[in-house]
Amino acid sequence: MHSIPLEVTNLSKSFGGARQFLWRREKEPVAAIRNVSFQIERGEIYGVIGANGSGKSTLVRMISTLLTPDEGQISVFGLDIRRHELEARRLINRVSPDPSFFKNMSALENLLFFARIYGMGPAEIKRKAAEILGRLDLADRIREPMLNLSRGQQQKVAVARAFLTSPVLMLLDEPTTGLDPASKLQVQQFVREVREQHDATILLTTHDMDEAERLCDRIAILVGGNVIAEGTPLELRTRVANGRPLEQVSMETVFLELTGKSIEEDEEVMAHG
Amino acid sequence: MASIAGGMFTGNSAWALSMAFVERQTNLWKRYWGWELVWLVYGVVNTVAITLIAEQVGAGVVDADISGLVLFLLIGTLVWAYLSAVLEDISLVIEWERWEGTIEHTLMAPVPRWLHLLGMSVFGILHGLVRTALIFAIALLFFDIDFGNVNLLALVAVVLVASVSVAAVAILAGLLPLLYPERGSQMSMMVQASLLLVSGVYYEVEVLPAWLQVFSFISPATYFLDGIRAAMIDGQGLADVAGTLGILALFGVIMVPMSLWAFNWAESYAKRTGKLKRTG
Ligand SMILES: Nc1ncnc2c1ncn2[C@@H]1O[C@H](COP(=O)(O)OP(=O)(O)OP(=O)(O)O)[C@@H](O)[C@H]1O
Ligand SMILES: [Mg+2]
Repeated sequence: MHSIPLEVTNLSKSFGGARQFLWRREKEPVAAIRNVSFQIERGEIYGVIGANGSGKSTLVRMISTLLTPDEGQISVFGLDIRRHELEARRLINRVSPDPSFFKNMSALENLLFFARIYGMGPAEIKRKAAEILGRLDLADRIREPMLNLSRGQQQKVAVARAFLTSPVLMLLDEPTTGLDPASKLQVQQFVREVREQHDATILLTTHDMDEAERLCDRIAILVGGNVIAEGTPLELRTRVANGRPLEQVSMETVFLELTGKSIEEDEEVMAHG
Repeated sequence: MASIAGGMFTGNSAWALSMAFVERQTNLWKRYWGWELVWLVYGVVNTVAITLIAEQVGAGVVDADISGLVLFLLIGTLVWAYLSAVLEDISLVIEWERWEGTIEHTLMAPVPRWLHLLGMSVFGILHGLVRTALIFAIALLFFDIDFGNVNLLALVAVVLVASVSVAAVAILAGLLPLLYPERGSQMSMMVQASLLLVSGVYYEVEVLPAWLQVFSFISPATYFLDGIRAAMIDGQGLADVAGTLGILALFGVIMVPMSLWAFNWAESYAKRTGKLKRTG
């Protein structure tokens, strides 16, 4: 089997502009992803960071086969995801920023459904679900309707749902948004363990710069749908250091300087309206 | 991993994928049993109310034989109860999951779309049969009807064959929310309502204006009702309803591939234009 878990080549996507089905034209197209290329190595955790609206979720959706690219290719372990859609999907799973469950069904019923449609059998699902939820401190809530769980608890079930199908390529779109610091650490620890024990490759988007630095082997920075920088956290920090000692250059500094928004600018905007 | 990719979707495993949807729908149905009760009461009231029209027509007329009309209307309301149950269940395939927020997680799973829709259809048909049988049983308490004439075999055959094209109509209605995220579900309800008008649920389609009869001609529900009435009122057997069964089968053969093709097309349209889901 081809060894590159994810290869994205000249990917572009814009919204609007196309003719609506039997309807008027929409206004100007919005480019969400512009000519993006990158590769993720096996076992790597690859971070994608960028401001709100920079195109992170759009990128994740295209890899998940939920959006069709305007241009470019995506291949997962050598499978072109458009030509081998079902095979590629079997290798992928995803955590979305909103937990998205059948609210009145229990966590277990949800997990049973979402894993059965990946071809798993009920006994195997129950065994693995108990194990994963146990590690995330949720084992005793498994039979309650999702409605009764807090948002953070639901997000943990979403993490469980994604890892349940043993994806070799995991797409984590803001997996820790809404979690308290302890739960955040728990999920981060879990992600690291899964990567080590199960040979999974992970693409992670986050707004938490500490998380990006701690978890990611390499990070790409998206601005307006373009990858404007890519490298290990250390490389990125070195790049913006400009003579400053590295300790003074956090990932936050990297983000603010490379995405073109410094804190001072923001403060000025605040001051002058 | 190559073996997972290669050996998928054969025999048992394909059926198991479809059954996952049946099981999920059953779980949802259990959680929303209050609604089932509402629909049941509504179905019973509707059936009894409409059938009482026949009694009203007969009232005051000496020696009136209204048993034919009673049965005609009873069958109309029951078939309509069945049709609306099946149409509603299946046509919510997209809209329901949009509301729950699960749509992307379901559609990105490695399930061929036809197995997904098959599972939704199997549940919809079973659900419709159970609900209609209950309405029927309760409605019987209100009327004294002679079912001596009913040909059970023909009845079952018509229901089974007709259900296939009903499911196809439901799939066509259910894809509208993929094309029109805001108004698709209203449009799909209008599709259902139009069937009520043109298919001869409460009257013979001959009483419709000629231009509407064109739609009766292309609605599978028209032949569904014809077949049921032939089997239940006229006591026609399998051989007698063979013509109607043939037409219904033809609808199925044409409409099932057409609805699957249209659904796939609508799904890829939604994926090209970002209409599956906007937020996140
Ligand atoms: N389905 C859609 N239809 C129309 N426009 C969209 C759609 N999805 C995304 N966009 C637009 O594409 C751009 C990128 O959005 P995207 O959701 O990918 O950003 P993001 O980086 O994930 O942001 P956030 O950090 O807020 O999650 C935005 O301008 C957004 O409005
Ligand atoms: Mg996003």
